[in-house]
Amino acid sequence: MTTLQIKEEADIVRVRSTARSIARGIGFGLVDQTRISTAVSELARNIYVYAREGEVLIEELSNPRHGIRITFTDKGPGIEDIELAEKDGWSSSGSMGKGLPGAKRLMDSMEILSKPGEGTTIIVAKWLPE
Amino acid sequence: METDAIPILKLKDFLIVSIQTDLHDRMAEHLQYDILKRISQTEAKGVLIDISALEMVDSFIGRTLADTARMASTLDAEIIIVGMQPAVAITLVELGLSLGGVQTAINLDEGYDLLEKQLENRYFDDAESEKDDQSEAADDNSAD
Repeated sequence: MTTLQIKEEADIVRVRSTARSIARGIGFGLVDQTRISTAVSELARNIYVYAREGEVLIEELSNPRHGIRITFTDKGPGIEDIELAEKDGWSSSGSMGKGLPGAKRLMDSMEILSKPGEGTTIIVAKWLPE
Repeated sequence: METDAIPILKLKDFLIVSIQTDLHDRMAEHLQYDILKRISQTEAKGVLIDISALEMVDSFIGRTLADTARMASTLDAEIIIVGMQPAVAITLVELGLSLGGVQTAINLDEGYDLLEKQLENRYFDDAESEKDDQSEAADDNSAD
């Protein structure tokens, strides 16, 4: 279990490269390592852009299946409309709107918990192919 | 952080950039500006950007590369992205990024050949249109 803080832009790189090396250690192949680090990069950037700071928790899962779970938590403005935020091309920040839907496609699961004004928690997971 | 600057080499009419480090967002923006500045200083006709050492390209880096290519073309220079790792290409498509309009080549050699070919075609096209202009002018004269 590894916890990393996001406080400045360089932390985005630190978080994604840590996630990649943990994924490699778990046994994910090169393409999955790339998918995981890319998804982590998108979600870590969302924290930096929308909430300024937050926390990322990276866990190895072994029961019932081997995999990786990454939890992104911030106390930022929250997401007004989660369904809309998950749509391709929608963005409230002027970006391309690929981050959230893209990260969802790159991982096996994504769960978003958010309350406007209180913050956001996003949990993504990917399973090791059997 | 000035030490983060990525070197841009000039070779004849072209610029060569090899990204050997994991790009954080501000570095990507600096690189965009540096490339455009060098194009305008050197009047380079093409830029090869080697990304073979990049282990991932997320939406920010992807968009910055695509924007740089569009901006360069307004400065009359072509950008070719070379050496993208297969895992990166797969991930980019799954992410939903098309890198619309950005030219790519498998390696530096292929990218260089592509640039040279395009440059030749461009000079050929220019020569052709000049010829057309002259013959049009001749037609105008004969009409008088």
